[in-house]
Order: sequence, then C-alpha cells, then structure tokens
Amino acid sequence: MIPTGYYVALAGVLFALGVIGVLTRRNALVVFMSVELMLNSANLAIVAFANARQDTAGQILVFFTIVVAAAEVAVGLALLVQIFRTKRTTDVDEINLLKG
Amino acid sequence: MELVLFAITALVAIVGAVAMLLSSNAIHSALFLLLNFCAIAVLYLLLNAPFLFAIQLIIYAGAIIVLFLFAVMLLGAERAEDERDTIAWQRPVALVMGLILAAQVAYVVLTGTPAPAGGQDAAFGAPERIARELFTTYLLPFEVTAMLILAALVGVVVLHIREKRQVS
Repeated sequence: MIPTGYYVALAGVLFALGVIGVLTRRNALVVFMSVELMLNSANLAIVAFANARQDTAGQILVFFTIVVAAAEVAVGLALLVQIFRTKRTTDVDEINLLKG
Repeated sequence: MELVLFAITALVAIVGAVAMLLSSNAIHSALFLLLNFCAIAVLYLLLNAPFLFAIQLIIYAGAIIVLFLFAVMLLGAERAEDERDTIAWQRPVALVMGLILAAQVAYVVLTGTPAPAGGQDAAFGAPERIARELFTTYLLPFEVTAMLILAALVGVVVLHIREKRQVS
C-alpha cells in the first residue's frame, strides 16, 4: 500500500504551486485556475485521510466541496465577465476601482 | 505496482500544474489544468474512491474546464499579461513564499506522526455506501446544497442581465 504521507506531500506540493500561481500570475482567469488547483489539492488530502481512516464521511465532505467549488466557479466567472465588460481587461493590476 | 502507478500519476499532476503556471496562453493553462484534474481523478481511484473519480471527471474535467474555456474564449483574454511589473519585487517574493510553504508541508509530512496506510477494506468508499450516508446522515447538507446551487444559478443570471434602463 502507498503510505498516506505520499498523498499528503503531493497535495502540499500542488497547494504550494497554486499559491505561487495566485501570487505571480496577473491574468485573473489564471489566478482563478490556481485557486481551483488549491481546492483540488485539499480534496486530495481529505480523500487520502479518509482512506487511511477507512471512513466514508471524508469522501462525502469532498463531494460537498466539489459542489461548492462548481457554484463558486460559475459565480466567479460571471463576475469576471462583468468586470471585463466595464474595464476591458482581465489583468488583476488594472482592476483597482476600490483603491483608496 | 501501485507505487509505480502513483509515481507516474503524481508526476503527471505536478507537470500539469507547473505547465499551467508557466504557459502564457490562458487556453493552454486551462488544458494543462484539465490534465492535472484527470491525474487527481486517477489518484482518487487509487484511494478507493470510485464515486469521487466519476464526480471529479464529470464536474471538474467536464463542467468547470468547459466553463473556463468558454470564459477565456469569450473574453479573448488569452494573453492579458504583458511583461511589465507594477510591483517589481512581487514575483521573487511570491516564489520564495511558495517555496517556504512547500518546505513547511514537507517538514510536517516528514516529522509528523505517520498516518496509517489504510486500504484494507476497499468497500468503504463504494457508491452504495456513500449514497446511503448521503441520504440518511447527511440529508440536510445535501438539501442545503440544492439551495446553494439555485442561489448560484440565480446570481449568475442576475449578473448577466444588461442594464437596459439607460437605453430607453
């Protein structure tokens, strides 16, 4: 059997990559994709722990996470489309209407 | 055998994630993210979660990636980034902080109490058992999820309504 630690390590690497993506990329769509990457790595860790504990509840938690992520993507992309309509850009540096 | 499968899939997942970060075209990023999602779906199979394998492929690889591709192509935002940086030190600092985070995770994984490997009973993740739990113990969250999706649906429709009052 594969040790659970390997899965957790992989999830950690993917999460770190997602964090780097959010911090370095400026295309709002790619930032959003990096957030999805982080959600996925967290899901992977939860499923790994569910397998370690032989517990169905972990998989159900991941199921709910995926549903919430789907709703979040729908609303987030709608917001991005609206921002693009008004500002004509998806560069997160240009979206500074709230800047004081 | 399983370890080889895990190593290959993990490599594909990491390569997909790195390629997503490095490609300058947002469409390529979305497709590399699809590769990453598929690799994670295979890992779900290795973790005795066939239900989540199907859900991952249908919702993430199917719906969410298609939504991303639609948004990218609709906005024509393939190359929204130019090379100039408004904050010059942003990228190196972000890289260093990401590496610190990865190092922290590695430290915890290497020095923490190792979790049991598990997998003695593959039937715990069977779709029948998940369905029974979902419709008995977790019935209320399940119904609340329906409300959440309805709210998201209405929200998206409201966001896309164009203001017509100024025209008339």
